[in-house]
Amino acid sequence: MRCHVSRSGYRGDENLKKLMSGNAALGEAAVLSGCSCYFGYPITPQNELTEYMAKRMNELGRVFIQSESEIAAINMVLGASVAGARAMTSSSSPGMSLKQEGISYLAADELPAVIVDMVRGGPGMGNISPAQSDYLQATRGGGHGDYKTIVLAPGSVQELTKVVPLAFDLADRYRNPVVILGDGMLGQMMEPVDFDNVQPPKEYPKDYILTGAKGRPSRMIRSLLFDTKEEEEHNWKLVRKYQRMEQNEVRYETFLTDDAEMIVIAYGIGARIAKGAIKRLRQENLKVGMVRPITAWPFPAAVLQEFARTVHEFFVFEMSAGQLIEDVKLALNGRGHIHFYGRPGGIIPTPVELYRIIGRHYYMASRREQS
Amino acid sequence: MKGMISIDPERCKGCALCIEFCPKKSIVISDRLNMKGYFIATFVDGKECTGCATCAVMCPEVAIEVMKT
Amino acid sequence: MTKVYTRPGTIKEAHFHYCPGCGHGIINRLLMEVIEEMGLREKAICVAPAGCGMLVYNYFDIDTLESAHGRGAAVATGIKRVRPDNLVFSYQGDGDLAAIGTAEGFHAANRGESITVIFVNNGVYGMTGGQMAPTTLTDQVTTTTPDGRNPIIAGYPVRICEVFSMLDGTTYLERVTVNKPAAVAKTKKAIKKAFQCQLDGKGFSLVEILSPCPTNWKMGPIESCRWIDDVMTKQFPLGVVKDIK
Repeated sequence: MRCHVSRSGYRGDENLKKLMSGNAALGEAAVLSGCSCYFGYPITPQNELTEYMAKRMNELGRVFIQSESEIAAINMVLGASVAGARAMTSSSSPGMSLKQEGISYLAADELPAVIVDMVRGGPGMGNISPAQSDYLQATRGGGHGDYKTIVLAPGSVQELTKVVPLAFDLADRYRNPVVILGDGMLGQMMEPVDFDNVQPPKEYPKDYILTGAKGRPSRMIRSLLFDTKEEEEHNWKLVRKYQRMEQNEVRYETFLTDDAEMIVIAYGIGARIAKGAIKRLRQENLKVGMVRPITAWPFPAAVLQEFARTVHEFFVFEMSAGQLIEDVKLALNGRGHIHFYGRPGGIIPTPVELYRIIGRHYYMASRREQS
Repeated sequence: MKGMISIDPERCKGCALCIEFCPKKSIVISDRLNMKGYFIATFVDGKECTGCATCAVMCPEVAIEVMKT
Repeated sequence: MTKVYTRPGTIKEAHFHYCPGCGHGIINRLLMEVIEEMGLREKAICVAPAGCGMLVYNYFDIDTLESAHGRGAAVATGIKRVRPDNLVFSYQGDGDLAAIGTAEGFHAANRGESITVIFVNNGVYGMTGGQMAPTTLTDQVTTTTPDGRNPIIAGYPVRICEVFSMLDGTTYLERVTVNKPAAVAKTKKAIKKAFQCQLDGKGFSLVEILSPCPTNWKMGPIESCRWIDDVMTKQFPLGVVKDIK
């Protein structure tokens, strides 16, 4: 195991794992995924990513701009994407709010892009400790219009090496922005990571990009459609795309669910904390398992509905006052009992704390079963 | 006659900039309405045109073509 | 008889939607004339604004992208960084550039991005019906300054060329107008110079074009042209503001 790697340096032999912050690892994974343009603006807790890209993109002769605002950054991404590049920007909650307009335009113009949100305590200035209180903004879309973005929720630094290349691939495949929903902890904690299984990026046809009308008719990309029929058909076209995403791009992980009598639903860092709690509960023979959405959108509703045929107790845990729970309620649609424990931005719940609370709900549920 | 112009009746919006700046004052607003309901500018037969293209330079609708001998 | 003047090949068939006597129509034509004459049709990429000028993609036979209101300079930055050999220019009105897009324009200029901004200053928000713009003159009546723009509560008209000239990243800034033949010829020359500045990779260029807006100025087209000389140019003096060789 190599010793500490500097915040924004990536050095080391190929075969050894490197101790890297989530932010830095995300940057390296993006570079390996063919990201040729990065536009960022300083905001804690994702600065290490911007700093990493400043160094790495220059090393590789790729485009790096520290923009004047998150609004400018997302629009630079739009420009780079329309010109055919794989482009990424990153920010944290307040900055992500500024990018919502741009994300709506990326979706309307059917342009690929990867947007990273390292969520921090909110609302308002909030603070810089991790939280999961932007779930609804990410999964419902904080911008205007009927649009969707695939939302990937990585749970560890190593998983970033899978999620980041996937994000770029899905963005190009569907010509749509993809959001990577992390949080302050994932961004700043350091874990050993290797990039051995990051595949070289797949090529996708770029017959829509703007390169100058050489040897072809000129192209125009716009989302203003004065003709009401055209506007509606354009919207239905986008909806059909989102339906394809819902059918094909759901991803999740199950943990100790085979004999589970209560299933926890948690994602990202929340799922890490829940795993710690579940291991303790299992030592006391409490049959608790977990479903961890890796795609927050499209939400893994089907697997929950499947479990609902045999399991009656579901426990939603998230670092917010209750956002993920909405998707769980929609998925279960009245079936089973849904328990909830959430703490809004600020203090990070501990596995022991969660272990006690799940244990109590588990005990109450079994008493209700008997009566 | 050294020059001649043709004004596309459907592009013209009767803004009269060509009339204002034509050095020979050879264009007037006619009483003909185009599809959009504008009284269009037309060249007055018999008036002089040097083919200087000032009218075309000032036209905001790219409605005027200019010919010259 | 030979044809000495006709519609440039780089302008599409569609009729312009602009109001009678609107300066956008002249500016659109000049841009396409310059692009045709400089043989840039296959290299040009235009970033259209939100506002009266947004429908340029229906008229320009070049690659064009519609940007969100005010974001043109940032989008153009992204395009130019990916395609440095293309001619990338944003077409922006005074609301688009001098109001909501000030930061994007200011910082693209400050970074010395090798892009060109065609800044159409007609003193009002045209498409939305004649509201005050940052370039509305003191005491000028608009739908949101019914008693005339009072600087105490609504600020002063912004001189973009002069403001941007303070930024070391800017190379060529000129203010021109299209209210008479000589002025139109000068505007065409300025556009050519700005594009050449970009092609030579010499940094940021911006051409500010005072443009008549008869409908929202509540004047006739000819009166609007005169108003530019008599009133507007007092606040917005014409001429080269900056030209770094």
